[in-house]
Amino acid sequence: MADKQLACMTCSPRGLCGGKGLLTLKDGAWTNNPLAIQILGICSALAVTNRLENSLVMGAALIFVCVGSNLLVSLLRKRTPHRIRMIAEVAIIATFVILFDQFLKAFYWDMSKQLGPYVGLIITNCIVMGRAEAFALQNPPVLSIVDGVANGLGYAVVLAIIGFFRELLGAGEIFGYEVLSGQWYTPNQLMILAPGAFFALGIVIGIFNTVKGPEPEEKKQ
Amino acid sequence: MSETSAWVIFIAAIFTNNILLTNFLGMCSFIACSGQIRTSLGLGTAVTFVLTMTTILNYVIYHFILVPLGLVHLQFIVFIAVIAAFVQLVEMFVERFSPRLYFALGIFLPLITVNCAILGASLFMIIRKYSFIQSIGFGLGAGIGWAVAIVLLAGLRQKMRYSNIPEPFQGVPIAMVVTGVLAMAFMGFAGMVSIQ
Repeated sequence: MADKQLACMTCSPRGLCGGKGLLTLKDGAWTNNPLAIQILGICSALAVTNRLENSLVMGAALIFVCVGSNLLVSLLRKRTPHRIRMIAEVAIIATFVILFDQFLKAFYWDMSKQLGPYVGLIITNCIVMGRAEAFALQNPPVLSIVDGVANGLGYAVVLAIIGFFRELLGAGEIFGYEVLSGQWYTPNQLMILAPGAFFALGIVIGIFNTVKGPEPEEKKQ
Repeated sequence: MSETSAWVIFIAAIFTNNILLTNFLGMCSFIACSGQIRTSLGLGTAVTFVLTMTTILNYVIYHFILVPLGLVHLQFIVFIAVIAAFVQLVEMFVERFSPRLYFALGIFLPLITVNCAILGASLFMIIRKYSFIQSIGFGLGAGIGWAVAIVLLAGLRQKMRYSNIPEPFQGVPIAMVVTGVLAMAFMGFAGMVSIQ
């Protein structure tokens, strides 16, 4: 991790830094997946994944906030006094979260209702704060955007996997359309409820641990 | 909205609507600090105290400052600032007046600022439109519920050290699955009392 960041600092801030941009992308989305490998930000991963739709919106929210805060923190990194950087980061993150929350409330009221407090809780999501602190403070803006996209994507993909299986097994539906017919499949309500979330995430992390290798492969539990 | 008594909300927040096992709040420190019963008891106490106090503070600020001024959309940033400031204050206070308590709780206090259970409880209080007394009951109950859950998991994890767990599942995954079982057990309380 450390040597990779050093390498990134030496390249130009323009473009995707040759191969370094791709490396950052892969690092965030797969090798160091914030959710499944680093176990950060699991609160929302458990709470909103009872439907695939919710999971996707939450993933989009995190990508937006992560990219926005990374960009701003990176732009201001030379002007921020070191001692107050934390509170500055929190303020920046909160700003983007408020933006997204207001956007949801204005255009997707139902979705905003369903996600409840979990949109606001992105502020305390360790992923966003962690990336701002560990990456954006030391890297140029463009690369920080790539890092934000990568980590947001890594989070969103895992969320989508969990949401997919929970909705499929719990309600027999995907996006609200019936997939597993009620005639031969009895929906397992447990997957929609809280314990199912814990089981699903535990199994997904276990699978990530097992196949953490060359090929990303999502398996059914 | 609701006329449920504060006592009912208090009980419900511990058992049927446990903030950790049904709302998944405060998972990060729950997984990270549940290795030993002693540590988790310390963290649980600190969380209960801070959660109750910040819920009350945020109630007052929301209803007497933000609503009259029409600044409701700033609630996130105000709440998180209140929580951070309060934690800092408590830390200084405890350090000055009770060094023993400071050594017991000191290391946990900074962790609490980023514990989403704290912010989550304040947000739930707003969303569910609790009255002042109800908010106190909810804050206290949610804190105690969180502490109960983390102490339970710590006890289980201490025992699990002697069991033979498949390699990929060692550590966090098995803790997650055990928490699932715990959540299932807490579902047994459902129907006892209920809050929205």
